Amino acid sequence: MSKLNARIPEGPLAQKWTNYKDHQKLVNPSNKRKLDVIIVGTGLAGASAAASLGEMGFNVKNFTIQDSPRRAHSIAAQGGINAAKNYPNDGDSVFRLFYDTIKGGDYRAREANVHRLAEVSNLIIDQCVAQGVPFAREYGGLLDNRSFGGAQVSRTFYAKGQTGQQLLLGAYQALMRQVNLGTVTMHTRTELVDIVIVDGKARGIIARDLVTGELQRHFGHAVVLATGGYGNTFFLSTNAMGSNGSAAIKAYHKGAMFANPCMAQIHPTCIPVHGENQSKLTLMSESLRNDGRIWVPKKKEDAEAIRNGKLKPTQIAEENRDYYLERRYPAFGNLVPRDVASRAAKERCDAGFGVGATGLAVYLDFKSSIERLGQKTIEARYGNLFQMYEKIVDENPYETPMMIYPAIHYTMGGIWVDYELQTTIPGLFAAGEANFSDHGANRLGASALMQGLADGYFVLPYTIQNYLADDIAVKRMTTNEPEFTEAEKAVKTRFEKLMNIKGNRSVDSLHKELGLVMWDFVGMGRNKEGLQNAIDKIAAIKKEFWSNVRIPGNTTGMNIELEKASRLADFIEIGDLMARDALNRDESCGGHFREEYQTPEGEALRQDDKFAYVSCWEFKGNDVTPELHKEALVYESVKMVQRNYK
Amino acid sequence: MEKNINITLKVWRQNGAKAKGRFETYKVDNVSTGSSFLEMLDMLNEQLINENKEPVAFDHDCREGICGMCSLYINGRPHGPDDDVTTCQLHMRKFKDGQTITIEPWRSAAFPVIHDLIVDRRAFDKIIAAGGYVSVNTGGVPDANAIAIPKPDADEAMDSASCIGCGACVAACKNGSAMLFVSAKVSQLALLPQGRVEGARRAKAMVAKMDELGFGNCTNTGACEVECPKNISLSNIARLNREFLYAKLQD
Repeated sequence: MSKLNARIPEGPLAQKWTNYKDHQKLVNPSNKRKLDVIIVGTGLAGASAAASLGEMGFNVKNFTIQDSPRRAHSIAAQGGINAAKNYPNDGDSVFRLFYDTIKGGDYRAREANVHRLAEVSNLIIDQCVAQGVPFAREYGGLLDNRSFGGAQVSRTFYAKGQTGQQLLLGAYQALMRQVNLGTVTMHTRTELVDIVIVDGKARGIIARDLVTGELQRHFGHAVVLATGGYGNTFFLSTNAMGSNGSAAIKAYHKGAMFANPCMAQIHPTCIPVHGENQSKLTLMSESLRNDGRIWVPKKKEDAEAIRNGKLKPTQIAEENRDYYLERRYPAFGNLVPRDVASRAAKERCDAGFGVGATGLAVYLDFKSSIERLGQKTIEARYGNLFQMYEKIVDENPYETPMMIYPAIHYTMGGIWVDYELQTTIPGLFAAGEANFSDHGANRLGASALMQGLADGYFVLPYTIQNYLADDIAVKRMTTNEPEFTEAEKAVKTRFEKLMNIKGNRSVDSLHKELGLVMWDFVGMGRNKEGLQNAIDKIAAIKKEFWSNVRIPGNTTGMNIELEKASRLADFIEIGDLMARDALNRDESCGGHFREEYQTPEGEALRQDDKFAYVSCWEFKGNDVTPELHKEALVYESVKMVQRNYK
Repeated sequence: MEKNINITLKVWRQNGAKAKGRFETYKVDNVSTGSSFLEMLDMLNEQLINENKEPVAFDHDCREGICGMCSLYINGRPHGPDDDVTTCQLHMRKFKDGQTITIEPWRSAAFPVIHDLIVDRRAFDKIIAAGGYVSVNTGGVPDANAIAIPKPDADEAMDSASCIGCGACVAACKNGSAMLFVSAKVSQLALLPQGRVEGARRAKAMVAKMDELGFGNCTNTGACEVECPKNISLSNIARLNREFLYAKLQD
């Protein structure tokens, strides 16, 4: 019997979620008060889940590593959120949003989950408007939409270039309302450091107070991880500095499976790397591709002259520019999905047409849009993004094209969950970017916000009840149970071990080393030899870390280097998993591009007969090869075809 | 063009909330003017770790000017010498070779120092918890297009909603007032029909909480608006005053 049961409800695809809701178990109001739910994370998924479960009457304990729940990295999402409202009357529907998401994910996502996502997308927009989220509007007073990659309709709702901020603040305010009402207890600057399992079920967490260093025990009838993605494995990414994969690794160590770890999204439009002291990469929203055109010089000598500072991009005549996305993909043009746009940029730069001092950049040019629409319109649409670019690069993008290059942005892989968002550990749930479920091998733009809020507002509040309904007789445990004591002891031992290494290398220097290995071998272009090489190199970094890392200070009080070291130890493990998974997957799909598997035109070539499954990795012990399990992907409503954006 | 500069830092060090703080002086050489201010602090910390000393603790996260976590008082200005940016977006090209830079935490009664340059800003969360929301539960709300909202109102609400909750307004104010922060949220929600319903109650509750938490009074010096990295306008404070007065008249 397989350990994986996706528990997809019976019935036709469009009826599954309705059927599920009609027949799931519920918890009555007086019992809800007796049930504790731990939610780790306060991003879109965590805050919306905590607010909703609090409103329903559950006793919620919510944790965040930041000083306030409003800081989570969802706040940095710029472009927008998708929904199948079809307000512009351009032919959109729930099925079309579902279909675009499955196709965009290169047929590696679970059909039933994605359909449910499309179904609840419209409710999210209603909810956010009711909360006072100031979405962009038309002069008639109704909501405005724009287009994003991978779709031929305009279904993206937005609030300037700050959509993530506004949606997160909506969820945060709903959450703070519950804090005020006493249904949610907020624990800020507190980090999950382990998950406590009692009789096979998740029953609590060990947390570390990041100010005092004190270890705490917290009981919950269920535990929800809404802890985001693991893109920072690469050191340089668009993720916030504190974003990490440690909660996912703790779950993995306790028996939850890690699904599709190699599926990482590389975003095509980020500000290029400037030097070796760079700490993170800044994204320029995909929405810019609505009005910006991507190009490199047609002639190699022009590209070289630009790199040497002898030519300016504005001096290159129109006929000497290669708008390569418009050339290669006439139907979608600059709005092809992210994986396609990223690879196309890499292809041009590798062929010697890249610009910027390093040659690792392409242009994103607004000249024709400014001529067509006027600078004022462009400023109204993207003003804050242009300002951000100018502050970082010191060039005015209204006058000279932006320079952009791909960077790690999002991880589609994550903790394996079933239809109910429950992991392979009963009572442990995962929501938002932390789970693997909806984006397959590539996420479409403006779908991360949609998924985070779908999970938190409209999925978990139903599915978690189906689990908790069987738990109403379970009394609150004291945290003196032996399982809590043992878990805390193990955490303490691990921290002491880290402190006692007393080596010579800073955490960041090791993290940068890991990041370079990941980018070179597990990045945009992967191959068998490189991945085998990466596994060896990561093992060497692991050894170096555990024998030579230096952490000043001690375990009591605030110790930022200890926090970073603990997270890096987990990133090293994730890096190894990513490389193993990429090596196993002998095909190209979405963001996973194996150079051995491509069409004559250089597009990703899937191997559906062998790899139409979710790779699920089970932890077997430190330095032991993890075991691979497979969840077969069965498509009943769509036909798997070669993705075509031409 | 980018070049490298050498600088001297005077940094506030404080080993915990109850410890006595002091300035320490450090030199950082070969800083690229293309680096951000926080990348320069990363360089300092790398240097300190290599000397087996404890690195300087400072709040930061997204490093793209939106999370509101970074919070330094640099040469006497919240978020430093550039306009309309957070500390993470401040770049070293704003400094000269050989310059001495003084770095302190936010100074305000309502934001106590926790460690080095890190302060506790949970007072802002408490103000939001007192009323900075529309009281709707998840589900059962009308269609998003059921109520038309004039575009100018929606745009103005968006401008007020741009506040990132960093606390620069409080740090810049000689009275340590949180009026710009409170008024931005009150304005955003008062401008939209969804938030209008609870307008009076919200204004009273948020102002009462602000007073209770030890923030000072507003004396209209306008320092908050000047230092706000997101250009939140003083007109929000005027609107809050109107809302508050109206609410009191109703009592």
